[in-house]
Amino acid sequence: MRTLKKTWPFHVMLLPAMIFLIIFSFIPMLGVVMAFQDYKPWLGITGSQWVGLDNFRYLFERDDSMQVIWNTLIIAILKMVFNLLVPFIFAILLNEIRKVGVQRTIQTLVYLPHFLSWVILGGILLDLLATDGFVNQILGSLGVKPIFFLGDNNWFRFTVILTDVWKEFGYNTIIFLAALAGINPSLYEAAEVDGATRWKQTLFITMPSLIPMAVVVGTLALGNVLNAGFDQIFNLYNPLVYQKGDIIDTFVYRTAILNGEMGFGTAIGLFKSAISMVLILVSYRLAKKWAGYRIF
Amino acid sequence: MYYKTRGYRIFNVFNTCFLILLALMCIVPLVHVLAVSFSAKSAADANLVGLWPKQFSLEAYKKTIDNPVFLHSIWVSVKRTVIGTALTLIITFLAAYPLSKENSVFKGRNVYSWLFVFSMVFNGGLIPFYIVIQKVGLMDSFWVLVLPGAVNTFLVILMLNFFRGIPKELEEASLIDGAGHFRTLFSIFLPISLPSIATIALFSMVFHWNSWFDGLLYMNNSKQFPLATFLQTVIIQRDMSSMSVNPKEMELISQTTVRAAQIFIGAAPILMVYPFLQKYFVKGMTLGSVKE
Repeated sequence: MRTLKKTWPFHVMLLPAMIFLIIFSFIPMLGVVMAFQDYKPWLGITGSQWVGLDNFRYLFERDDSMQVIWNTLIIAILKMVFNLLVPFIFAILLNEIRKVGVQRTIQTLVYLPHFLSWVILGGILLDLLATDGFVNQILGSLGVKPIFFLGDNNWFRFTVILTDVWKEFGYNTIIFLAALAGINPSLYEAAEVDGATRWKQTLFITMPSLIPMAVVVGTLALGNVLNAGFDQIFNLYNPLVYQKGDIIDTFVYRTAILNGEMGFGTAIGLFKSAISMVLILVSYRLAKKWAGYRIF
Repeated sequence: MYYKTRGYRIFNVFNTCFLILLALMCIVPLVHVLAVSFSAKSAADANLVGLWPKQFSLEAYKKTIDNPVFLHSIWVSVKRTVIGTALTLIITFLAAYPLSKENSVFKGRNVYSWLFVFSMVFNGGLIPFYIVIQKVGLMDSFWVLVLPGAVNTFLVILMLNFFRGIPKELEEASLIDGAGHFRTLFSIFLPISLPSIATIALFSMVFHWNSWFDGLLYMNNSKQFPLATFLQTVIIQRDMSSMSVNPKEMELISQTTVRAAQIFIGAAPILMVYPFLQKYFVKGMTLGSVKE
């Protein structure tokens, strides 16, 4: 009781946040029982019939859902790799620019796409990447046949990954730039005295200094292996590319919200949440072990 | 010195050109949209517009602003951004203070932080969430845009890390002088936290301005759509059924130039806000991501 007398302001301060967490986070978690039901909206959770693991069995038997899981993995993993690699290299190159004004200007410009939504960017890209769009006109002047970037199963994933890297590489660079700023300058001076060229300095000082950061970023990204980017895919895709471009989140939206297969949709969602949770916990543990990273 | 060698100077020229090119690639699409929005319909439809308007015209903007549904969606977005950001700021600020305390000072801290982390790593998925929204009566209500996203654990973490950087002596002095924790939080912490509050406000504003899916999912009446959702339906889905079936309006929305104008208006607030707040979010992001 004595501690409560001292700490009651803390509990009061946390109260609003807790109310929101309970309503919008914890109560929906209870709703996952729908994954084990043949949920009918008019019967509700209490009235719907229990079907055990049928929804999950169905998930693994359906060809389209397996394809969707596969698509999700491929897109997400490729995005992770390039969203790590490109900012890493970009940060090192940007760091070589000695004129502060130029460096700042470049930074300001590359951060920008991150802050625009996929609705805005999608609207722009739909026009730019159309068969008669700006990009194909440029390619056409180089003698390339028009490419249907967003309507061709062979090109869709490529386009999705490229545009995602384009949107995020500037923003993802920030963290590497911060790490670069933290490198002790005397290291470079010593190397200079020993006669190391700039390339050698980059190879033996800059890169090793950035690697711990890259490990943290890469490890934490592991938790996103089932997040291939709902906003982006939803705004860029169309029935022509469902085969190669449909991911778990868009699939849930179409099966559950549009087709009304609520139980099945919940099962996919639970499948995704459960695997993601395990991966996030593992990745946080690894990040803590390897780089001393902790969140709270 | 290495930067005086010939090889490095050549590299430097190429490097600078290459990076400037990359930077331009990040804004060229937007410049193109801007050019289209200021061009005449005929030039835009014939794909003649590059990075500069052809046959300059304000027609597209006039038509866009003439559309009451569009204007109302801007109003919904502004309202949501202001109220949503204010709510998020208050909740984040209040929650971060106790969570930034040592375990020995605040015994319950572990339980609370565990709850926050759990809500971050696990969720019920789209469908159970959708049903909760239905059951609490938020369908078709303005508040569905604001309330569910009010608590953002990442922002709480950002804020609490900032609080941890504040010298303990400040807080102790305040408590010794007889101020309670609330008073300390609002009179001592609030004024010195303004930079990180600005960061959180920026993230929250961008989130609310850009959110479109909740509008699409929970609003049955397109008259209540926020701007982002409105744009999603008319620009991405090119769905005229969400508009009135007036053929004149249909023709109006489907024009390339009008679409471009709408896209640009949708992006404008962010383009205006972000250069000024850049220094804050760069700090905020590195602060929230990795700790030494």
